[in-house]
Amino acid sequence: MGVLIKRYRGAVPYLLLAPGILWLIVFYAYPALQILIASFWSGTLETGFTFSLSNWTTYTDALDRYQGQLLRSILYAGSASILTFLIAYPLAYTIAFRGGRYKNLLLFMIVAPFFTSFLLRTISWKIILGDTGILLGPLKDFGLLGEDFRVLATPVAVISGITYNFLPFMTLPIYVSIEKIDRRLVEAAQDLYAGPWRPGGTIAGLLIGGGLAGVLAYAFGWDHIGMIAAGAIAGTVIGTLFVSQSFLRVTLPLSLPGVFAGSLLVMIPAMGDYVNASLLGNPSTNMIGNVIQSRFLTNNDYPTASALSFMLMAMILVAVAIYGRILGTENLTSTRGL
Amino acid sequence: MSATAVTLTAQPRPSVGARLMRFVNQYLAFVYLFAAFAYLMLPVAVIALFSFNDPIGKSNLAWRGFTVKYWLDPFGVPGLGDAVVTSLQIAFASTIIATTLGTLISLALVRYRFRGRGPIDAIIFLPMATPEIVMGASLLTLFVAIAHPPFFPLNGLTILIAHIMFNISFVVVTVRARLAGLDRNLEEAAMDLGANEWVTFWRVTFPLIVPGIVAAALLAFSLSIDDFVVTNFTAGRTVTFPMYIWGSARIGVPVQVNVIGTMIFLIGIGFVFLSVVFGRRRQGA
Repeated sequence: MGVLIKRYRGAVPYLLLAPGILWLIVFYAYPALQILIASFWSGTLETGFTFSLSNWTTYTDALDRYQGQLLRSILYAGSASILTFLIAYPLAYTIAFRGGRYKNLLLFMIVAPFFTSFLLRTISWKIILGDTGILLGPLKDFGLLGEDFRVLATPVAVISGITYNFLPFMTLPIYVSIEKIDRRLVEAAQDLYAGPWRPGGTIAGLLIGGGLAGVLAYAFGWDHIGMIAAGAIAGTVIGTLFVSQSFLRVTLPLSLPGVFAGSLLVMIPAMGDYVNASLLGNPSTNMIGNVIQSRFLTNNDYPTASALSFMLMAMILVAVAIYGRILGTENLTSTRGL
Repeated sequence: MSATAVTLTAQPRPSVGARLMRFVNQYLAFVYLFAAFAYLMLPVAVIALFSFNDPIGKSNLAWRGFTVKYWLDPFGVPGLGDAVVTSLQIAFASTIIATTLGTLISLALVRYRFRGRGPIDAIIFLPMATPEIVMGASLLTLFVAIAHPPFFPLNGLTILIAHIMFNISFVVVTVRARLAGLDRNLEEAAMDLGANEWVTFWRVTFPLIVPGIVAAALLAFSLSIDDFVVTNFTAGRTVTFPMYIWGSARIGVPVQVNVIGTMIFLIGIGFVFLSVVFGRRRQGA
């Protein structure tokens, strides 16, 4: 064996790569081409499919019919990214800077819920958010909410489900990038008179809080004025109390790669998700994933479903390519394998 | 020395506002951590709690009273046991095959120079950046285009093919991290002492990357056993555990599903706990 290895040294890496890479070519790369071909099919499963470039109208028809669901996917996935960021950033920051010897335990607790089934966790939210469930039931009993107030079967439930399910994808990359920051840089900034950032933090908090709340209000279909006011107040408080100059000038810029990686890692699965919309929403909250799933698996309408999947893939590939060009793919892979 | 001590004590007490800020800074972090983990664990707690529920009818969405009868009979609904067995079979097979293929790839990537690294890196990275629905759907179109056994009608084999496919990249990333952190001097020392490449690999390299391989295998197993979306597109009539949950979600998930979900959670936590304990012991030795 050793002699063989020596004689064909140049071939060794290719022999090691061959089985796995062939598997990925045949069952990952080729199917991506196949779905493009399938989007130009016409016919049915029974009669067989025929390929013709003139079937490009499938794309325009699909866009025409399902643009609502496509836009909703972008809106829900975007809102979920904002929410996961708002929850994940302080969480990652606290673990990285205050975790001490419990860092690994705390990180483990973030991924621990993933040892239960994804579907069961989502169904669990159905129980929690139920009309007379553990959250709304007591609030209604005390008269704080109207009897007909509901969360289930609304965009709020769908976005909450997505936010919960993909939260670790945001937390871990942000944690990795904050953890890497040399603490002496923050101390140096403080030595150089970086103090509280006022009134800048107050103004920035006011504007960003109000703006984000506005976006979320639009996505949820809630009262805009109330949401924006609440967001602006919360932003002002956070901006005034917690945003120091050393955070603004050192910690935040150095952690941005993690924020971008996390946003992409949340957006990618969220854009194609149909589980949350199916289990927590109603037909008017359907996302593009629901259309793809039912076109493929219920209606056997392969051409339309393929066209929609291909468009989704193209959108995401463009986003990943832009991201990779600017920041490299290191941040994306290092945390997914964590 | 004493002069500084005097000046320190002579400093005016910090204002109420400053002291409040310090208090908030000190405790708010812990309050936030507690709230965040409560949020993360809440659904898991609800799953476990409702495995002790005694529902009327099929829907297990409202609390009706405590019972342990479903824990005593976790496979007491038709089809559930078969679904769990199918999931386990696919998870074991896909873990073994994907871990082998992925480990070979990472050895080539870390240990050898070769042409064509760019495209190979891309094809390993892209499956992790592709939404599951797109991977499942494209495999479905491949199997439909073939339209011939053993690929069509869809079956357990097509699920296995899909699971191996999405697991390979995760194995590569995990094992490569371990390999890259390895001290090459150890291998060179073995070679200097007369071991050939084959012996060096099995006696030096492999034992050192075993923790990475085990971690990769655990990751692959957990991804496979919980996969729903890709499976949904490649399963046909085959029912895995997640497919069983999906199928029963409309009429009402049987309590036994919560029992098995809770068991899987506890087993997963147990595995991690064991690996930490053994890891510690190893480092100590």
